[in-house]
Amino acid sequence: MTASTAAHSVVESSPRAKAVAGALVVLYALVSIAPLLWIGATAFKSPSDAIAYPPKTLFRPSLEGYVNLFTVRTRQTPEFLASLPPPQTWYDKLVRSRNMVIAGPSKVVPRFINSIVIGFGSTFLAVLLGTLAAYGFSRFKVPLADDLLFFILSTRMMPPVAVAIPIYLMYRELGLTDTKTGMILLYTAVNVSLAVWLLKGFIDEIPREYEEAALVDGYTRLQAFRKAVLPQAVTGIAATAIFCLIFSWNEYAFALLLTSGDAQTMPPFIPFIIGEGGQDWPAVAAATTLFLAPIVIFTVILRKHLLRGITFGAVRK
Amino acid sequence: MAVQNQADALVNRIAARTPGRLALQARGLSDRAVAWLFIAPTIALLLAINIFPLIWAIRLSFTNYKSNLGRLPIKFIGLANYANILTDADVWHSMQVTARFVVCSIALQVVVGFALALLINRGFRSHGFWTTVILVPMMLSPAVVGNFWTLLLQPQIGPFNYVVSFFAGVPPHSFSMIGDVELAPWTIVLVDSWMWTPYVMLICLAGLRSIPDYIYEAAEIDRASQWRQFWSITLPMVLPFLMLAVLFRAIEAFKMFDLVNLLTSGGPGSTTELASITLKREAFEKWRTGYSSAFAIILFVTVFGAANIYVKALNRVKRR
Repeated sequence: MTASTAAHSVVESSPRAKAVAGALVVLYALVSIAPLLWIGATAFKSPSDAIAYPPKTLFRPSLEGYVNLFTVRTRQTPEFLASLPPPQTWYDKLVRSRNMVIAGPSKVVPRFINSIVIGFGSTFLAVLLGTLAAYGFSRFKVPLADDLLFFILSTRMMPPVAVAIPIYLMYRELGLTDTKTGMILLYTAVNVSLAVWLLKGFIDEIPREYEEAALVDGYTRLQAFRKAVLPQAVTGIAATAIFCLIFSWNEYAFALLLTSGDAQTMPPFIPFIIGEGGQDWPAVAAATTLFLAPIVIFTVILRKHLLRGITFGAVRK
Repeated sequence: MAVQNQADALVNRIAARTPGRLALQARGLSDRAVAWLFIAPTIALLLAINIFPLIWAIRLSFTNYKSNLGRLPIKFIGLANYANILTDADVWHSMQVTARFVVCSIALQVVVGFALALLINRGFRSHGFWTTVILVPMMLSPAVVGNFWTLLLQPQIGPFNYVVSFFAGVPPHSFSMIGDVELAPWTIVLVDSWMWTPYVMLICLAGLRSIPDYIYEAAEIDRASQWRQFWSITLPMVLPFLMLAVLFRAIEAFKMFDLVNLLTSGGPGSTTELASITLKREAFEKWRTGYSSAFAIILFVTVFGAANIYVKALNRVKRR
């Protein structure tokens, strides 16, 4: 078949139509990605460049944003600075050039660790509970299964602020306010609805014959689940885990209302990275870049399963 | 020998007294037991973290409880909170703001998302790569991104106004997307759509790909125009997918808190004060726990009721 006959195909678009479509889509993609590139660039601006008027697209790159993100600094008199021994490291030097000295590390590392601990903890629990429940719903006749599944989903319909009101009181009674345990439990409860729905879809797709063969071979149900079903569901479980992780990682409302320090995660922390006179934009941009980068990578990994994840398994490709 | 007998007797006695559990372990649990064993932990967690607090909130919604004044005796005031909320002008205002936000942002996302899906479905070169690029914003944390948009939208130091100024010719500092009363409601729609248009696009794309080629081939034989093909084949076949996308987006937009709280925190004035933001002020700034619990219940009933009606409509479309 030559190119000219292919162009007359009914379903295949003509090369020109394709080119126009491609140009429009690329244009949209570039426009929509531009704010993110601006964030990445701002992280390498000096504080004065970041709030220059008019905004600068060309600037001398600086690591001051990253240094400011990880440190707490105090302003000193030139006399005091002159009395100090010469700066030991490049970041000491950078800070001194602003008439400041480093007073200690900032809170960003503990907050980042909180995000990781709470994210992974709640993901592990949600996927564990979700896998079991999904298997139960997929393979057995559960009375009122549809109602139970809808109930599990409906817990996601409440606005988080509305959920937070009684949770706040309950956690205050139980001493779970501002604890990692409390946040892990809460995120697990939110994620488990997604995990059950997604995993049920994945497990439904595994042919029952594998387990039946295992049962005939004398395995118990639990053994058959472990040895015949789980290995087949690994991809689905991994995809589900990443979706749960992304939710916990991104969550803001609960973290804002229920944590204040010890268990605070990155999203409520980042807006409060302040310098002298308002937000320290290069440092905020640096934190934002470090915080968003893993998600961008996960999005690429998840591409094939994205559709399922965002529709609770309602749409499969 | 005697010892052996004694031991045997002991084993038998233990076996007789062991409840079904261990005996079952040998044979394997019954399917029914496995099913409950697997489902129960999830249900228990949801009961503890979702349902118990919900019941507590319902109870509190009939009281004048203020959680910052915990020692005051709790007084039951019947339906007074509900009556106050339904007659409160501020509450109605925030419900209107929410409704406008939901309708406008979904309309924009559906139009742009569907158009993008149609374009991508033409299958130009490297469309897979560009689709992934487009999908990135919706995976990010709305709070963290919303916070950064405040810099992008600053009238003098942010790039957004300069881009608008370049195309529209108005001076860049003559308007403020966050500070102007007329613009702020559109700003939250715009940023929300920047994040979530890819969501609608992705679902529409799945819908478009589910349409078998032979339908178009048949239409071509019947000499149906492109326009006719779109209205009679493409749109009806994508409609169930589109409606599903609208359902999920509507629930999320109704719940919207993080992005708007950081972008405008309800301002200027109360022009972008969505229901969730009003609720947060009542519950966590004024500490009117009873009142805000009642508001939360009303919001939940609203979203739950609307979703139920919508799902029925969706099922009818699917069946057609």
